[in-house]
Amino acid sequence: MSGKPRLTYLNGRGRMEPVRWLLAAAGVEFEEIFLETREQYEKLIKDGVLMFQQVPLVEIDGMKMVQTRAILSYIAGKYNLYGKDLKERALIDMYVEGITDLMQMILVFPFSPPEAKEKNIDSIKERATNRYFPVFEKVLKQHGQDFLVGNKFSWADVQLIEAILAVEEKIPAVLSGFPQLQAFKKRMSNMPTIKKFLQTGSPRKPPPDECYVETVLKVFKK
Amino acid sequence: MSGKPKLYYFNGRGRMESIRWLLAAAGVEFEECFLETKDDLTKLQKDGSLMFQQVPMVEIDGMKMVQTRAIANYIATKYNLYGKDLKERALIDMYVEAIIDLNELLMIHIFQPADKKEQHLATIVDKATNRYFPVYEKVLKDHGQGFLVGNQFSRADVQLLETLLMAEECKPDILAKFPLLQSFKARISNIPTIKKFLQPGSQRKPPLQEKDVPKVMKIFH
Repeated sequence: MSGKPRLTYLNGRGRMEPVRWLLAAAGVEFEEIFLETREQYEKLIKDGVLMFQQVPLVEIDGMKMVQTRAILSYIAGKYNLYGKDLKERALIDMYVEGITDLMQMILVFPFSPPEAKEKNIDSIKERATNRYFPVFEKVLKQHGQDFLVGNKFSWADVQLIEAILAVEEKIPAVLSGFPQLQAFKKRMSNMPTIKKFLQTGSPRKPPPDECYVETVLKVFKK
Repeated sequence: MSGKPKLYYFNGRGRMESIRWLLAAAGVEFEECFLETKDDLTKLQKDGSLMFQQVPMVEIDGMKMVQTRAIANYIATKYNLYGKDLKERALIDMYVEAIIDLNELLMIHIFQPADKKEQHLATIVDKATNRYFPVYEKVLKDHGQGFLVGNQFSRADVQLLETLLMAEECKPDILAKFPLLQSFKARISNIPTIKKFLQPGSQRKPPLQEKDVPKVMKIFH
C-alpha cells in the first residue's frame, strides 16, 4: 500500500474531476482505478466498499470516502485550502457551491439528446456570463488580490479555474467581457502544481466523448 | 436590527427547511421574510442581495449568505454541530450528503406530473429502504451510541431526523424494517430544542400542498 489517495471512478471527468484538480493543486500524488464494466461496479457494491453504492470513491487516510463534496471538503481542510477561519470558509463555500451549479450543467451536457444540445450550450453561456462569472469578476476587481478569498490560494480558486477552462471548451470566447477572469486564468494556470496538471500526461481527463457516455450508461445502467 | 439570523424564502419547506431545522436544533431564534410573488424575488435580485440571484438567503453575522450547503456548514460549525475534528467532519459530510440526495427526491415529488407520481414514489421508497436507511441503521447498530457520529449530537442527527419524518409523510410505515431508526427518531425528537420545533406554532413548515404548487412556480419561473 502506497499511502497515496486512491480514486475509483470511470476513466473520464464526471464527478471525480474536481477531486483530481484539488489533489493536483495541493501537490498530492494519487492513484486511480478505472471502472470499465458493470461487473467491476457490481463487485465493488458486493464488497461493501461503496457506502451508498455510488462512486466517486476515494480511499484516503484509512477512510473509504464517498460523496464528492465530502471528499473535496476533507481534502481542502487537510491541505489548508479552506481559508483561515469560519468566515473565510463561508465565502469559499458560497463561491464553490455557485461554481458547482454551473459545472452541473456541463456535467449533464453529454447526456442530453442531440436536438437539445444547442439550446443547452446557450443556457450554459447565459448562466456563465450573466449569473456566475460577473460575481467572480467583481470579487477580484473589488479587492484587487490574486486569489478569491483571504489573499491566499484556496479551493475556490481551483474550482473556478476548472470551471473557466471547462466552459471555454464549449464557448471559446466566453471570457471576452471579463478581463479580471482572463488575468486570473493566466495566473492560476501558471502556478506550479496547476501548470503541471495542465500538461499532457497528467491525470487530468479529456472532455467527455461518445465513448465515455457509452461507458457511463453501460456501467451504471439500471 | 435584532441580531437574529433572518431567512429569505417562500413560506414553505423547499431548500430552506433544513436550515430552519439546524437553527432550531441549535436553539437559535430566527426571523423570516417570505417571498410571495415574483416581484418579491426580483426586488431582492435588483438589490444585489442575492449573490447568484437565488434564494435561500440568510442574513447572519453581517453576511448575506446564499447556497444552502454554505449556510448549513456555517451554522453547523458555529454551533458545534460539526464534529470535533476533520475525520468526524468527513463522516458527518458523507452522511449528510446522502441525506440531501434523498431529500431532493422527496422535495421534487409534489412537482411531478400526475402520470409520473406513482413511479416517482416507488423510486423514493426503493432508494430510502434499499440504499440510504440501511446505512444509518447499520451505523447505529455497529457503535450502539445515541448519535450518528462521535457520540455527540451533530448536524447529521438533525438532518437524518428531518428526512425520516418526511419519508414517513410519503409512506407511514417506511421505517417498519428499521428498529434502530425508529428508536433514533424517538430519541432525537425528544431533545428539548427539537421537541419544541416539532410542536405546532413553531417555524417548521408543513408539506407543500398540490394547490400551492402553481403559486410557488410563479415566484421562481
